[in-house]
Amino acid sequence: MYIFVAGVILRAIVRGGESAGSRHMNTHLVYLDNAATSWPKPPDVAEAMTRFLAEVGANPGRAGHRLANESARIVYDTREAVAALFNAGDPLRVVFTRNATEAINLALKGLLDKGDHAVTTGVEHNSVMRPLRALQERGVELSVASCSPHGFVDPDAVAKAVKPGTRLIAVTHASNVVGSIAPVREIGTIARGKGLCLLIDAAQTAGALDIDMQRDNIDLLAFTGHKSLYGPMGTGGLVFGPRIDISRIEPLTRGGTGSRSEQETQPAFAPDKYESGTPNVVGLAGLLAGVRWVRARGVEHIRRNEMVLTQQCIDGLRAIDGVTVYGGLDAARQTATVSFCVAGVSVSELGLALDEDFGILCRVGLHCAPVAHRTMGTFPGGTVRFSMGAFNTKRDIDAALSAVARLAVGAGA
Amino acid sequence: MRPDNSVVLVHSTSHAIKAEKLMRRAGIDCKLIPVPRKLSSDCGICIRFAARDKSRAALVLAKGGIETEGIHDLAR
Repeated sequence: MYIFVAGVILRAIVRGGESAGSRHMNTHLVYLDNAATSWPKPPDVAEAMTRFLAEVGANPGRAGHRLANESARIVYDTREAVAALFNAGDPLRVVFTRNATEAINLALKGLLDKGDHAVTTGVEHNSVMRPLRALQERGVELSVASCSPHGFVDPDAVAKAVKPGTRLIAVTHASNVVGSIAPVREIGTIARGKGLCLLIDAAQTAGALDIDMQRDNIDLLAFTGHKSLYGPMGTGGLVFGPRIDISRIEPLTRGGTGSRSEQETQPAFAPDKYESGTPNVVGLAGLLAGVRWVRARGVEHIRRNEMVLTQQCIDGLRAIDGVTVYGGLDAARQTATVSFCVAGVSVSELGLALDEDFGILCRVGLHCAPVAHRTMGTFPGGTVRFSMGAFNTKRDIDAALSAVARLAVGAGA
Repeated sequence: MRPDNSVVLVHSTSHAIKAEKLMRRAGIDCKLIPVPRKLSSDCGICIRFAARDKSRAALVLAKGGIETEGIHDLAR
């Protein structure tokens, strides 16, 4: 989406740039960093959050008066909307966290004990890899199933990594670097066949791809609210499938829940076991509006548009001399995330020039996923990442492609 | 004399909201209220409804997977 910058915001941007000049007056920003967080958000999201702060505002589940109950209803409605979107079953098994990272930490640290074995993959984000490496130091055994250089998880490699003592398979639904989509259903079948838990990191896919926990045998689904669900930052959660025995998953934090106040020990039931302290209801009000917006528009519809833009981006980049595009190069097999490099120019220089000279906002570097870059052979230089969202248009991609073409020529590629 | 109202106690606020939704969907008029101290020392909320709906409420909640902590008559 083109944002026509004006007034104070424009002046701030112009002042911030070294090459500030009048040409910025007519520059519009092209936001291609949706894999980091989606922007803009549907107007309903800010409206719902404003409405909560202005008209509800109370702490849910702590009082019982009408505003507290209204606040609790917003939280519950959000659980219900999330459960329906992922075909999860009971809304009370949707546990809210600050983000996907916290949800993944809850799943991994809550489930794995010394002596347990876990399997993960060669395209994981550090949100999965770092807690697993920390657990490894505490006696959890870890296998990293290798992936193709294009970032695709091989289900056979996952199956081969399973051994006696394996308790969990943890897989990212789609790489945050190249967008490659993992064969979740096949891995779910493997997990189910061997009686293992399957944790899916859906940070890049919740709202962007069809997710059905029951069909795909997903036991634990970690999601973020601020990417393809179009909610605000500070929202996310872990959804517990019906096979998960919550008595076997420890909480990350303990504290006040508004329930069982007479007891000095944590409640044993979901969601309270995992949700201590005042929740982010203003964020959840926004998330609810975001999820409703996604469901009204349709995941399929959003996906179709993003696939068109993704293929346009891949094909356009590949046509530019000196540009290498990573991943499967097929929009049908990836999310709306495209990673590339330009010969002769570092990704940091590219990112700066795209922003300052062309108003194109993207992310460069390793994207918190060193193992994925090792898999693709782009470590430690990293890549430039364009990531599209529901508000991007073909014109945005045209603008980004022509900017890259000019920079590639300038680099002497 | 029959009591006018009953309350159903559940585990948590989230359960109470779910119970309220299920009961309203089933056409049972109900209201969330603080748990009466004489029934429990828990400081949460429970659902008040007409005593005549007691068996229907119990059925709706059981079908909806809500584990209750008892349905009590409220003395007037």
